[in-house]
Amino acid sequence: MAGGRTALGRWLRRARIRWIRASQPVLGPFRARWRRSLRLRTMTYTGLITGVMILISGTYILTSIGDDLYSSRRDQVLQDAARATLAAQSQLDGSDAADRSALSSLANSVRATVGDTTSSQMIYVRRQPHQPPLADAPLDSNTSPDLVNAITAELSDAVMSRNQPQYWQAVTLHSASGEPVPGIVVASTLTFPSGTGNYDLFIGYSLADTQRTLGFIQRTLVLTALILMLLIGALVWIIARIVFRPIRAAADVSRRLASGESRARMPLQNDEHFDELSANFNDMADTLQARIDELDQVSEMQQRFVSDVSHELRTPLTTIRLASEVLQAPTAAPDGPELTGSQQRALEVLGNQVERFEQLLGDLLEISRYDAGRITIETEPTNLVSLTREVVDGLQSLSHGLIEVRAIGGYSPIEVDPRRIRRIVSNLVGNAIEHGERKAIVVTIDSNAAAVAISVRDWGIGMNTEDVAHAFDRFWRADPSRKRTLGGTGLGLAIAREDAAVHGGLLEAWSRPGEGSNFRLTLPRREGTASFVSPIPLVPDDVVPDAGDPQVTGGWLRRPKRRVKKEGR
Amino acid sequence: MSARILVVDDDRSLAEMLGMVLEGEGFLTDHSADGAEALEAFRVSRPDLVLLDVMLPGIDGIEVCSRIRAESGVPIIMLTARTDTTDVVRGLEAGADDYVVKPFNPAELIARIRARLREPQQEANERLRIGDLDIDVAAHEVRRGEVVIPLTPLEFDLLVILARKPQQVFTREVLLEKVWGYQYKADTRLVNVHVQRLRAKIEQDPDRPAIVTTVRGVGYRAGLSDA
Repeated sequence: MAGGRTALGRWLRRARIRWIRASQPVLGPFRARWRRSLRLRTMTYTGLITGVMILISGTYILTSIGDDLYSSRRDQVLQDAARATLAAQSQLDGSDAADRSALSSLANSVRATVGDTTSSQMIYVRRQPHQPPLADAPLDSNTSPDLVNAITAELSDAVMSRNQPQYWQAVTLHSASGEPVPGIVVASTLTFPSGTGNYDLFIGYSLADTQRTLGFIQRTLVLTALILMLLIGALVWIIARIVFRPIRAAADVSRRLASGESRARMPLQNDEHFDELSANFNDMADTLQARIDELDQVSEMQQRFVSDVSHELRTPLTTIRLASEVLQAPTAAPDGPELTGSQQRALEVLGNQVERFEQLLGDLLEISRYDAGRITIETEPTNLVSLTREVVDGLQSLSHGLIEVRAIGGYSPIEVDPRRIRRIVSNLVGNAIEHGERKAIVVTIDSNAAAVAISVRDWGIGMNTEDVAHAFDRFWRADPSRKRTLGGTGLGLAIAREDAAVHGGLLEAWSRPGEGSNFRLTLPRREGTASFVSPIPLVPDDVVPDAGDPQVTGGWLRRPKRRVKKEGR
Repeated sequence: MSARILVVDDDRSLAEMLGMVLEGEGFLTDHSADGAEALEAFRVSRPDLVLLDVMLPGIDGIEVCSRIRAESGVPIIMLTARTDTTDVVRGLEAGADDYVVKPFNPAELIARIRARLREPQQEANERLRIGDLDIDVAAHEVRRGEVVIPLTPLEFDLLVILARKPQQVFTREVLLEKVWGYQYKADTRLVNVHVQRLRAKIEQDPDRPAIVTTVRGVGYRAGLSDA
């Protein structure tokens, strides 16, 4: 039993899927709308239900009116026929005609009486069958052959049985133009005097008038139903609009809020449920706004504090620097005592450390700006190839091998803050020189439709997977015991990653011990691009990928979200 | 004749060291520790250049800068500890010619000072005409009709460099080198701000400049594109 039901269920499911698949080209858009629009569903359901209701009530009204009309007409017809029959019979009873001509004229006058008494013009008189033939009996007569044809054997049998004075039957008659019209034939029996025998009297009544009235009522009803349907449709549409307006307003307001318009609030809708929704929604927005303001304030305070601290530190630092410069200058003390070798060296160290201090201060200030989310980038159309070449030319003298720039693409300018991009590239190339073990360094630039990428590859000591994960951490060093040649504050890569992020770009690293490192900067070309593919692979082509490499699936990169102020020129 | 420099900084040690460095380079120096004193000293000693710290007690450096600028076109170099865009731009808009960020390299400061003090090379009786302006290079004078338009030396330099080669487009970097004496990439906002200041003085309608026009993405030039 259960198996049968699941088999049926499966068959139904399959049939449904087949139907959906077959009708998809035509009904697809509608189906999608149907799934997505509560309003469409509400309107369709309401329309269907009211339609069915109107259909049922219309049909009921129509049938009962039809029945009523028919039966009253029939009663009228039967009365009419009975009257005519009675008049004819009384005339027959009062006559003593016995010969052929008298009988014939009697039959004629009876027919005239019937014609005068009844409202119908279709009269048929015939001698009942199965009676002994009589030469004097008047001939059958009729006013309409249509009536003769319409009389069925059942009716004539019924009349002959003479159980009732009247019999009637619904028949199809034909109008003057030959169209079939419904009609009623009433049959009764007339008894002629002098043993002439029984005659059947058939009177036909056309129901064309009734039919016409019914048709008129039917047309009126259908028209009324159509108008009603239209009115109901319009009503449902209007009601749906009214009911869904608050929801649409809520959606609109939440969209504006999400897009950063923090002052957007929902209006009251004069309905307790919606107003509760509005009030709660607005409360939520207020709370969010308050939190954002608070954070803004905190970030402003932090920013001001760091800025003040840095100012306070910079002035003494400048003084120290000027002092060391004065001491180093040959003219500082022309006639004073010569400095000893260790004093000279101490001055040199002082100068270098002041410079390093300065750099550290600058980096700290920069990273604190990023932390506070108060970054303004000044963009201009920049050719990344020439920018990279400039940076590399500046650093070429510091490197032990040759730094090669491979510019495959990326010549068309993109809107970036050149100061920040220059800082990223020089940081990456500087790192490559420092960790490159005096081997070659290759800087590659390439682009695709959505993004431009710069990668810096060295074949130096490299890092293990864990170190790569920390490479962008602040003050983190891959190997604390290694000596430093170019200096650096330990904040360089952290700042570089943020520099990339404010452009909507990403800075990533691949590295393997003994095989060197590859750092890749990918910048989307346009503001709206949410995800893009880097034109340069992160794992270099010359190595065999292994499990330790970053897992790249399809290579899609997601744009990082940052709050940035932009100033173009 | 050695130039006289007014150092305005509330940090006495820094001012003292600055004095030593500048005197080592052969300049004469005066020192003021706050804004009010600085304005007084400026009126008394009539320096050839002012080194002005942005953060001062009392009247702040930006205010001092605009008050000095109201009286004189003397070169002003701002000393600032902040690299925040707003501070730098406010200083430049108040009339400073250049700025140096603390902690600065003394050699760089000297170079900046010398660039501001150097006498522009000029040919005798060189006269230029650009738009409806007459420029008398020797007399350091710009006229529109009979009206003399007062310009600071830096603004004058900028205008003359542009006007000597009308229609040629100068990039911001080239202008930085020719007007400010920078040999390397520096802050191009210097150029933007000073072009704005220059326009405010010489253009009939600074919002629709006709004499110094912008070539988008490249730089500036004197005269309309098809003038």
